[in-house]
Amino acid sequence: MHITLRIWRQTNPAGPGRLVTYELSDVTEDMSLLEVLDLLNLQLARNGEEPIAFDSDCREGICGSCGLQINGRPHGPLKGVASCQIHMRTFKENDTITIEPFRAKAFPVVKDLVIDRTAFDRIIQAGGFISVNTGGAPDANAIPIPKNTVDAAFEAAACISCGACVAACKNASAMLFVAAKVAHLGRLPQGEVERKERCLSMVAQMDAEKFGACSNTYACEAECPKEISVDNIAFLNRELLRAKVF
Amino acid sequence: MRPTVTVYGSSIGQKIISAITGLFLCLFLVVHVSGNLLLFKGDEGKAFNEYVIANTNSLLIRSIEIVLFAGFLIHIFWGIRVWLFNRRARPLDYVENRPSENSSLPSRIMFITGMLVILFLVVHLRTFWIAMRFTGTGGLSDYELVQATFQSPLYDSFYIVCMAILAYHLRQGFQSAFQTLGLRPIWRRAIDWVAVIFWLIIPIGFAAMPVYFLIKGAS
Repeated sequence: MHITLRIWRQTNPAGPGRLVTYELSDVTEDMSLLEVLDLLNLQLARNGEEPIAFDSDCREGICGSCGLQINGRPHGPLKGVASCQIHMRTFKENDTITIEPFRAKAFPVVKDLVIDRTAFDRIIQAGGFISVNTGGAPDANAIPIPKNTVDAAFEAAACISCGACVAACKNASAMLFVAAKVAHLGRLPQGEVERKERCLSMVAQMDAEKFGACSNTYACEAECPKEISVDNIAFLNRELLRAKVF
Repeated sequence: MRPTVTVYGSSIGQKIISAITGLFLCLFLVVHVSGNLLLFKGDEGKAFNEYVIANTNSLLIRSIEIVLFAGFLIHIFWGIRVWLFNRRARPLDYVENRPSENSSLPSRIMFITGMLVILFLVVHLRTFWIAMRFTGTGGLSDYELVQATFQSPLYDSFYIVCMAILAYHLRQGFQSAFQTLGLRPIWRRAIDWVAVIFWLIIPIGFAAMPVYFLIKGAS
């Protein structure tokens, strides 16, 4: 396959950056997009040029490292997959693929396609945990929990903190991420004790990191590689009202 | 964990204020369109004129009017405030962005439709409310003022386009308000059905008025 890549190049956080065009001819349709970047980097290194910096770890769609804006959409054109699971069979011969970093004030670009997502870490540090040591894994049925509650908590727990929700949102809002964490822990008995403080602390940190507010466009749900529902955002809103008003 | 957030100060709190005032304004639309249906009664405005006079003389209505104005001002002020806050969250935009593939148009242009509704509101209040209440209708009855105003195809076109914009604003706004207030998913379908009253039936009800008078004037 012959592919044209337009890739955001930026040497340092201060910028400025720009899109640089690369032509690649020896691409096969079984390659993942990240492998195409690997191939390109090999060629750049051989030519004595600076390779493209990008994040990746598991390359199995479960770690959340590889957040890329591909052809104008977070994680590319497919539904429910991370950037590393985009394969070249998704594209056609002679296609042009534009790759940019996720953009948000809270996610500053470090270099090329690498962004600093530690804002998410600080939100987790603010309340995305359970304060007591729960010991080893308890017996599965030791604490009875209704099936629909478990399912809802599990769905929220699937969040891999990739930041696609922020990238997709016109306001760069982190509501789906925060909502997933609050709903995951707050719905279960172990997290119940601190649910009020958790919600308030995480929302306070989310605002402090300068993420935008939610406009309910639901672009986050559409682009989430784990297809986490915006019902969790309603849950978060309800939690805030419960914690402060009721 | 050190909770440091207030409802009022948080980004969610800002949206809750927008949602509550927005739903309050939706309630006003129901009252407004219901009263205006008297225009269609075919009694040359007798019932409508009595309705306007009764409203003008009612202390209750005049008091609610102040609350209504406050509702509009808070909704507009907070809308602009949240919009400014949101704009700062992404200083550098994407070179290539395809939002149409992940979200609906009404949801993305709430600020623009909101601003256009304000423009309509100013013109609308100047034409009817200020004339009926303060400056006088130039010897016309309230019904005759409505009838005369809607004889202008230009004004009618403006009015109908504005109702389409209002419909767009409410298409997103009504259900969005309930999401912001933490509605449980089980109610979502019911809300979507009730929303039809607000984003379709009410704007059509208003838009029918200029059409009615245009046809009535021509015949």
